[in-house]
Amino acid sequence: MKFLDYFKSKKVDTASIAKDRLQIIVAHERHNRDQPDYLPALQKEILEVIRKYIPIAEEQISVNLDKNQDLSVLELNITLPDEEVA
Amino acid sequence: MAKIIVVTSGKGGVGKTTTSAAIGTGLALKGKKTAIIDFDVGLRNLDLVMNCERRVVYDFVNVINEEATLNQALIKDKRTEGLFILPASQTRDKDALTQEGVQRVLNELAETFDYIVCDSPAGIEKGAHMAMYFADVAIIVTNPEVSSVRDSDRILGILQSKTMRAETGGEPIEEYLLLTRYSPERVEKGEMLSVEDVEDILAIQLLGIIPESKTVLKASNQGVPVILDDESIAGQAYEDAVNRLLGEEVEHRFLTVAKKGFLKRMFGGNQ
Ligand SMILES: Nc1ncnc2c1ncn2[C@@H]1O[C@H](COP(=O)(O)OP(=O)(O)OP(=O)(O)O)[C@@H](O)[C@H]1O
Ligand SMILES: [Mg+2]
Repeated sequence: MKFLDYFKSKKVDTASIAKDRLQIIVAHERHNRDQPDYLPALQKEILEVIRKYIPIAEEQISVNLDKNQDLSVLELNITLPDEEVA
Repeated sequence: MAKIIVVTSGKGGVGKTTTSAAIGTGLALKGKKTAIIDFDVGLRNLDLVMNCERRVVYDFVNVINEEATLNQALIKDKRTEGLFILPASQTRDKDALTQEGVQRVLNELAETFDYIVCDSPAGIEKGAHMAMYFADVAIIVTNPEVSSVRDSDRILGILQSKTMRAETGGEPIEEYLLLTRYSPERVEKGEMLSVEDVEDILAIQLLGIIPESKTVLKASNQGVPVILDDESIAGQAYEDAVNRLLGEEVEHRFLTVAKKGFLKRMFGGNQ
């Protein structure tokens, strides 16, 4: 049985795995490059302001712009360290 | 007005120079006066593929620096009427290509040529930017393989934002996918991304599919653009791509596994 499985597993369609992985990464990268040029600078300045009050790391802040037809939403996510919340 | 075509990819070694030589030659064969420019400064190679490496006196950077005239630097192809090569410089100076300099050379070429084919270096550095900046048409050479497809998508992003047409709000660059080193056998076995897979992901118009073929290496060994080899299926696929570029509708070929007859299997077909 094991022996047969070995041959079966060799028949994995690796091309479809490649396609799935590409679709995910390409969508992610396209989203990032559709963001306006000022976003990294904006994120950096917001980070500096927050840091005046709370020590946070760069990964704890994310700024995103979601553009729809008639509404754009600037989404700001800041994860605060546990001890500071209280 | 000349049409400026950039042959680009992001990833290295996918077949840009092979394609530039083939498409440039194909256009000249169709009666279009064509210049192929090697933008790969420091790593000149188009001269070898076109068999003019021993005739290089002046190069692209010499013309930009006004150390030579365009006419002195252009090499007239010995096989194909109406075809000229502008070789890359071997300098290691990364800033040898300036935007103003490149524009001046392209403008001067545009006065007398129908097509200008820019063979881009790999990567997304200065040389690649300069090769695509003034383009009207982009041929994105892609291999059916994950890193090549991803890099092609990045190049599309750059074409849509960091080129003259993008920056001045002009008509967008015409973008075409050229899938090269395609192996229908491996696609059939599920080992290689299919044309449809790559089209789904990149979502740009398909210019052609160039099969993996031993004749490509044979051609470059001899310095003959593969499009001049009538027996080569890669050469024929390039010819179809040139016709599509010129607006003809040509059906895609060499997409299915060629069933080899007994004799061919015994003695090997010369694809
Ligand atoms: N359709 C094909 N079938 C088989 N081999 C091919 C095919 N196309 C290209 N090659 C081979 O792939 C190699 C790289 O090709 P080429 O030099 O054209 O790529 P490139 O994209 O210009 O590389 P670079 O990024 O270094 O400039 C060469 O050895 C060439 O012979
Ligand atoms: Mg090359």
